[in-house]
Amino acid sequence: MLPMKQRHNPAPSRLKYRLERLWLRPGVRFMALRGLPMAVIACAGLLLFSDAELRARIDAAVADMRDQIAARPELAVRSLKVTGASPRLLLRVKQVADLDLPASSLDLDVAALRVRVVNLPAVEDADVRLTTGGTLEIGIVERIPVAVWRNEEGLFLVDRHGQAVARLNQRTDRPDLPLIVGEAANDMVPEALTIMRLAEGIDDRVRGLQRVGARRWDLVLDRNQVIRLPETEPGPALNRVMALHQAEDLLERDVRVVDMRDGERPVLRLSIDAVEELRRLRTEMQGEDA
Amino acid sequence: MMSSLFQEQRKLRQQREVAIRRGVVAVLDIGTTKLACLILQFVPPPANDAGAAGVKMPHASAFRVIGVGTVQSHGVEFGDISAMDQAENAIRNAIQKAQKMAGQRVDHAIVCFSGGTPRSYGVEGVVEVANGEVVEQDIGNVLAHCDIPDFGEGREVVHALPVNFTLDHRTGLSDPRGQIGSQLAVDMHLLTVADTPIHNIIQCVRRCDLELSGIAVSSYTSGLSSLVEDEQELGAACVDLGGGATGISVFLKRQLIYADAVRLGGVHVTRDLSAGLHLRYDIAERLKTMHGGLVATGQDDRDVIELADPKAPPTDERRTITRSELIGIMRPRMEEILEDVRARLDAAGFDSLPSQRIVLTGGGSQTPGLETLAQHILGRQVRIGRPMRVHGLPQLATGPGFASAVGLALHISNPQDECWDFDIPADRMGAQRIRRAVRWFRDNW
Repeated sequence: MLPMKQRHNPAPSRLKYRLERLWLRPGVRFMALRGLPMAVIACAGLLLFSDAELRARIDAAVADMRDQIAARPELAVRSLKVTGASPRLLLRVKQVADLDLPASSLDLDVAALRVRVVNLPAVEDADVRLTTGGTLEIGIVERIPVAVWRNEEGLFLVDRHGQAVARLNQRTDRPDLPLIVGEAANDMVPEALTIMRLAEGIDDRVRGLQRVGARRWDLVLDRNQVIRLPETEPGPALNRVMALHQAEDLLERDVRVVDMRDGERPVLRLSIDAVEELRRLRTEMQGEDA
Repeated sequence: MMSSLFQEQRKLRQQREVAIRRGVVAVLDIGTTKLACLILQFVPPPANDAGAAGVKMPHASAFRVIGVGTVQSHGVEFGDISAMDQAENAIRNAIQKAQKMAGQRVDHAIVCFSGGTPRSYGVEGVVEVANGEVVEQDIGNVLAHCDIPDFGEGREVVHALPVNFTLDHRTGLSDPRGQIGSQLAVDMHLLTVADTPIHNIIQCVRRCDLELSGIAVSSYTSGLSSLVEDEQELGAACVDLGGGATGISVFLKRQLIYADAVRLGGVHVTRDLSAGLHLRYDIAERLKTMHGGLVATGQDDRDVIELADPKAPPTDERRTITRSELIGIMRPRMEEILEDVRARLDAAGFDSLPSQRIVLTGGGSQTPGLETLAQHILGRQVRIGRPMRVHGLPQLATGPGFASAVGLALHISNPQDECWDFDIPADRMGAQRIRRAVRWFRDNW
């Protein structure tokens, strides 16, 4: 047999042909192009994170880099400026802010700082912001006390929302503010203020307002006089009492209690002396008649 | 004998169905000079077009060509594989090129080849219709009753096409199913080829990791693609002038009624040139394709062609020939081929067909002047045919040389019912079936 003539053979070898056909399988292709690299990356990641020392070094390097960035002068906070606070509050705010200046603005937790400032009783609202030039500015809206509230624990200044602003040592420290007493009296501060405004005509005689059973007000005057106001619409009831007082000098008389709780009519309770006097006068009048 | 054939072809048929369901099939035309591979993609049917049975089969006739690979074939002579590993290399190369173009892997291949000395037999069978109405079973019955001629040792049936049914003296029926009658007769066209080439092809395709899902004779498939419908209906012959073999197929009433092959082709023309002009084979091939012709005119005496060998060392000598000399060598060989074709057609009784149109196709049909020569030898009604346009086929693969490849694509997408598509009646299968049952018991217990 003659040797087979070896001519140039452009055909692929069987191995190459098989490989190429294998490559044309979509599954194989997907595995090679997506699956395999992903598996390699996952394995590498797993190996990296399973080595505790390596992980610690990576953490340290990251922390180091962060520190370097935080130390840059552009990020430094050098001064603190507090606006809108009274001198006493200013000290308190600075104490609460507890800043170690100069600090880096990266280390500063502005949101937490704001929460700390707002949690101060005398602060109604605050906004904290970093301004250019490395100043941390805290703008404060202070609570304005509108009444003095006495409860079991002592005297407190309260604002119009009933929030205690500060403790008060003596009532006479703030004689300009009305006194409210009783359980949950601070919840109804606006109503109390309305009542006090209506009672302006007897300003000099008002001792304070007492909340009864956390539902209605008693207006307490000197000489142990009490005006009992209804639960609903205490304003008109008080107006009626004031009108009676103007017309009849009601409150100048020997009346213990003016009870307005019945919406139909005022009920008066006289003092014991007055009752006896009244009874005496009545018998006199009967005697004259008889 | 009939049964084993049935088994084989059934298996191929099933394979083809599997391939079409998969959606991608390679069509492989193994020629003497050229190996063409087309990759077909079957388009699934539109959603509203679900089949009557509700089965979603890809619409068989809607396919597009997504990959083409054409390579020079090696190890093929006269359309038969002569050197296995060279042929296998060539097939691998073609498949790989086509796969690269398609970007898709292909697992099934259907093959056509021109060799194997195809031989046609007309056989007939007669049977009584069982229940008055012709049903599928009757057709299987009559096909099984055909008396198969003895086509000798070492031959295999590749096509068995029921061509014509006769029902009680009414002939010319293409599908008698559902008709009423008592006696059913069939004319079947058997096409046999030598079995060694087929086994070689099966082996080659298997060694390329492909699943063989069909075999066809290329003269049949080139007729499918080159003849227009009228020609197929009225009767026409398709002559596929290939490299190593010239295929002949005769169609009538859309059926293949005769197929044959002449073992002569373009390669012989080139060899004549190579011997006559003392040229290297590849230069002779180039000379043939660039300057070849078959009809000499006065102008051709003055047309001087230089026989330059680009690879030879430069010499002072310059050889020239005139074009008429070239024609003088090519023409006798072409005449011989066409005369052979004529002889085969005459022997087959082509004269008695109602229409005697002849269509020339295949790579050799591009020779200038062939039409004149063919009219001289074969008769008046000769034309040069190009294969039908197929969706997605690139321009380079639309020439007449691709007639059989395109025809094979049409054949797989729209197959004709062959003998083995019908069930063999039980009485003929009986022995087989019992033997199989016994074997099954023996294998399992």
